[in-house]
Amino acid sequence: MDPRRTARTVSDPKVRQVGFFTPAPPERSISDPPRFQDPIQPPSPSPTQVNDHSPSGNSLSPVMIPPAHHHSDNFLRTALQATSPPKAFSYSAKTVTIPPENEDVASSFSPGRKVVSAKSPSSFPGVKASSVPASELTTVSVVNLPPGISEKAGGASVEVQNDRPVSAKTLKEKTSKAERRALQEAQRAAKAAAKGTCCLCYSDSGVSVGYGYVPSMVYLVYFTFVLNNFVPVDHYVFLAEGTKASSAASMVVTSANTKPSKAAKPSSQKNDGSQVAASEKKGGDRAPEKDRKKDAPHPRMQYDDKSRVEKAKKRAVVKQTEARNRVELFRHLPQYEHGTQLPDLETKFFELNPMHPAVYKVGLQYLSGDIRGGNARCIAMFQAFKEAIKDYSTPPEKTLIRDLTARISSYVSFLIECRPLSISMGNAIKFLKNRIAKLPLALSESEAKSTLMLDIDRFINEKIILSEKVIVKHAVTKIRDGDVLLTYGASSVVEMILLHAHELGKHFRVVVVDSRPKLEGQLLLRRLVRKGLSCTYTHVNAVSCIMQDVTRVFLGASSVLSNGTVYSRVGTACVAMVAHAFRVPVLVCCEAYKFHERVQLDSICFNELGNPDAISKVQGREEINYLDGLVNQENLQLLNLIYDATPSDYVSMVITDYGMIPPTSVPVIVREYRRDHLWS
Amino acid sequence: MDFQVVVLAGGNSKNLTPLVSKELPKPLLPVANCPVLHYVLHQLEQSNLKDLIVVVEGEDAALLVGAWISGTFIDRLHVEIAAVPEDIGTAGALRAISHHLTAKDILVVSGDLVSDVPPGALAATHRRHDAAVTTMLCSIPVSGPLESGSSGGKDKAKKLGRYNIIGLDPSKQFLLHIATGAEIEKDARISKRILHAVGQMEMRSDLMDAHMYAFKRSILQEVLDIKDTFQSLKEDVLPYLVRSQLKSEALLNRTPQGEENSNEKVSSQNNQAFISRILANASTPSFHGLYSENPDGSSSTRKTHKCCVYIASSSSYCVRLNSIQAFMDINRDVTGDADHLLSPNNIIGPSPKLGTKTTVGPNCRLGEGSEMGDKCQVKRSIIGRHCRIGSHVKVVNSVVMNHVTIGDGCIIQGSVICSNVQLQERVVLKDCQVGAGFVVTAGSEYKAESLAKKEK
Repeated sequence: MDPRRTARTVSDPKVRQVGFFTPAPPERSISDPPRFQDPIQPPSPSPTQVNDHSPSGNSLSPVMIPPAHHHSDNFLRTALQATSPPKAFSYSAKTVTIPPENEDVASSFSPGRKVVSAKSPSSFPGVKASSVPASELTTVSVVNLPPGISEKAGGASVEVQNDRPVSAKTLKEKTSKAERRALQEAQRAAKAAAKGTCCLCYSDSGVSVGYGYVPSMVYLVYFTFVLNNFVPVDHYVFLAEGTKASSAASMVVTSANTKPSKAAKPSSQKNDGSQVAASEKKGGDRAPEKDRKKDAPHPRMQYDDKSRVEKAKKRAVVKQTEARNRVELFRHLPQYEHGTQLPDLETKFFELNPMHPAVYKVGLQYLSGDIRGGNARCIAMFQAFKEAIKDYSTPPEKTLIRDLTARISSYVSFLIECRPLSISMGNAIKFLKNRIAKLPLALSESEAKSTLMLDIDRFINEKIILSEKVIVKHAVTKIRDGDVLLTYGASSVVEMILLHAHELGKHFRVVVVDSRPKLEGQLLLRRLVRKGLSCTYTHVNAVSCIMQDVTRVFLGASSVLSNGTVYSRVGTACVAMVAHAFRVPVLVCCEAYKFHERVQLDSICFNELGNPDAISKVQGREEINYLDGLVNQENLQLLNLIYDATPSDYVSMVITDYGMIPPTSVPVIVREYRRDHLWS
Repeated sequence: MDFQVVVLAGGNSKNLTPLVSKELPKPLLPVANCPVLHYVLHQLEQSNLKDLIVVVEGEDAALLVGAWISGTFIDRLHVEIAAVPEDIGTAGALRAISHHLTAKDILVVSGDLVSDVPPGALAATHRRHDAAVTTMLCSIPVSGPLESGSSGGKDKAKKLGRYNIIGLDPSKQFLLHIATGAEIEKDARISKRILHAVGQMEMRSDLMDAHMYAFKRSILQEVLDIKDTFQSLKEDVLPYLVRSQLKSEALLNRTPQGEENSNEKVSSQNNQAFISRILANASTPSFHGLYSENPDGSSSTRKTHKCCVYIASSSSYCVRLNSIQAFMDINRDVTGDADHLLSPNNIIGPSPKLGTKTTVGPNCRLGEGSEMGDKCQVKRSIIGRHCRIGSHVKVVNSVVMNHVTIGDGCIIQGSVICSNVQLQERVVLKDCQVGAGFVVTAGSEYKAESLAKKEK
């Protein structure tokens, strides 16, 4: 009880005032009005009642987190032991048969001689007879390719085998000053909190806690304290130091790029300062990240750093003309002249040799906005990768693990150029790369490929589809007859919840709140209305008026971050805050694979900028042209943000595939399940 | 990129009668001293498409074309030549080679297209929309010689046949209606279904079908199989696909469903449906999707396919060589405005021998080994290799092919003179076409005539 309150007060005063914060209503901290508490869950005389009076205003009792063996365990097991190719897969189903006559002609033909058209009467198997006599092809010009080396070199694979266990071992031992300090603090706090038996252990990625008889409630509170207390502060300091430091901070936070060399010397770790320690804190143990670093621009590149931008431009496949008038505060985000990219990329269609057509297609669709939404983008990307893996063959003298990782990295960097990755995609890519890195070396190429493709399928099925179903199941219990549900934008999960509740025969009304310029809500509205739901449609401008009738707000999310911040379509924060002011519970539906360990306090440091033309022009209304000719003027800056961050204070509950949890418990899920699912 | 390229090179075109002959099939017709097929192949090579199938009408023509390709593009392109019977049309030609088509999508390019529009753009549009067919439209070229008012009216009447009437959706991405050939004169028949689904259609007559298509192979082969009377891609297959885009009957029955879901149980099918629904919901639906939807929102049995267009930007150059006028225009443009189309090694050979006081104006091209006498004038013209031109000759707005002998005092305006032609002294030609090997007797004057040797 106490530690939680102290934790909040420690981190609250300065750090937390950056983002969207309205001064908290005074009566909130004293006692919650009954309306706020009632609709979601009747107050229960459980230990959670303690929580009701906490300043965060969370009246919800967190659902018990299920133990870690969900469906993930057999997932792991099957994936790892898949040394034999699964029967289900037939990736070589279609083989192209080249008629042998062609080969003969090609070899016998020499330039300068007269062309002899081969008149072979043999028919091609499986070819339908057509009315016109079939004609043969005569090869008249051949490109001579140098004969390739067909055998794989054995040495490389041996080398890989050697160095991997070593790095794994050294990584285990490292701890650092800041980490230990954090642990000590945490220990103290935990003692005060629980007075239970609580033992701590170290691990390679940050603080993890082993616990004996501590009730899970206390455990959640305790962990939240640790994170709130330290990570945001670190992050904040880095940001304040300027561009370089902030880019360093971004490295820390995304935790993708720990150099293997650093990890290899555990003895020097102790003497290092806290900054290095901070970077180690989240360090993963992924060996082939070096490759990625080489050819992919960092996903969190600071775009106001001119030299880095120049370097990235040289590598870029997509021609990117940077927009000129950018809002000062958002200079660090990439923004390009929209409209120049697509035609340019299209003309290069056949020239991009290393790019797989499926990946290319997905990139085009991202760029043109044909695919949007976290889940859809993730699925599309994975399906493209699956095809790319299917067609992949290891070049001579390379090992599959390294080469495929590099290949995937180049695809990813291409996709980033088309549109910045969403957090869910980042997680999915991490998963895939990790699966590649963890492939047993003994596997043959075809086995490895089929294993990977199975992994991808499983990821899509379990992490996206199954978890959506679970979320729907959970969320439907929160819908009662007579409810008025409000949703913003078009979230695939929320849509499914609404449809499912409708199928169950519940009587409720839906308010779809939408906003320009994308007007995604209209598509949702269309589908809902067709299914027979009674809907109200309004724009976000009117949300404060409509909120009076609303009993629940269901929101989708692009990601939920470690401090409970919900990163979602721009406008979500506004809706959540209005709902909070009206004491309407806000339920955020988000699959657990979209959670991220990053901590974000505002929507400035990481965001995505959309096409500024989209907001300066109104589609279909030519007469609204007040900004014509002004767009390129120096003193006009257009800002079209894609995402915003909703502070956890305005979120009553996060519905995820592990149950319904308060936003403060997100880090627990990130820590407990991320390791099992994505990284192991 | 899983594209197969088919170049329909054609054979002996009737539209170009005095110019093309048995010895010189249309693909080898020189445009600025460089066969017209070279432009297409060069363009494809530039976009990294090196596996080509070139379809030529007629065995003899195929031999000639094959010999030329193997001489020019050896070690640069992997070209396969298919000879098809004459007069089976473009659709027939594709039907004849359809068993060689294995890739997912087929890019069909006409061999007489002189253009700088990258084929990749078309292919990318095709892929992005997952279309059944994508066609390239370009704006109708400015035709007619720049400085000759005499032939203006007549040419316009002749060129009407090239116009298309094209219906586009408001986003200018989908093709809703196309009328080609003789249909232009008739009343336009527009499907009510399509109009209802789209709501708004934009009719354009300033666009031209450039005869560069990307087809989905399965659909193309099926159409060719079922409709065996179809002769032409442009006049039969494409309008058919456009007409039937909202009720594609037999077309999509054989979608690859069978391949995918045979391996797992019903649950995976559910998942598949789930995934496709998420993906479908994520994108802005085109009218196809909206149309195929039942009123209750579930996707129904109505099959649709998409017919997309890629509209080349107005700054790009794109002309088909399918008439004598077009031939003249292309020759003029290639040496003038659109000279970037010529690959550098073909621009000028070793400098020809010029007599004294001979002037060669701008926008001219002289082939290697040509000799000119004294006091000649050459303006906006192309002169091929090893021509012998006497003195006091004036060549304006004309094309002179290889091994032509022109006597003293000839005046040639707006004419095409094919290879091995002999013009004796003081011949005056205006807007004429002289077939290969013809001998024009001394002192004769011709105006707007087509001269050719009698077929033996």
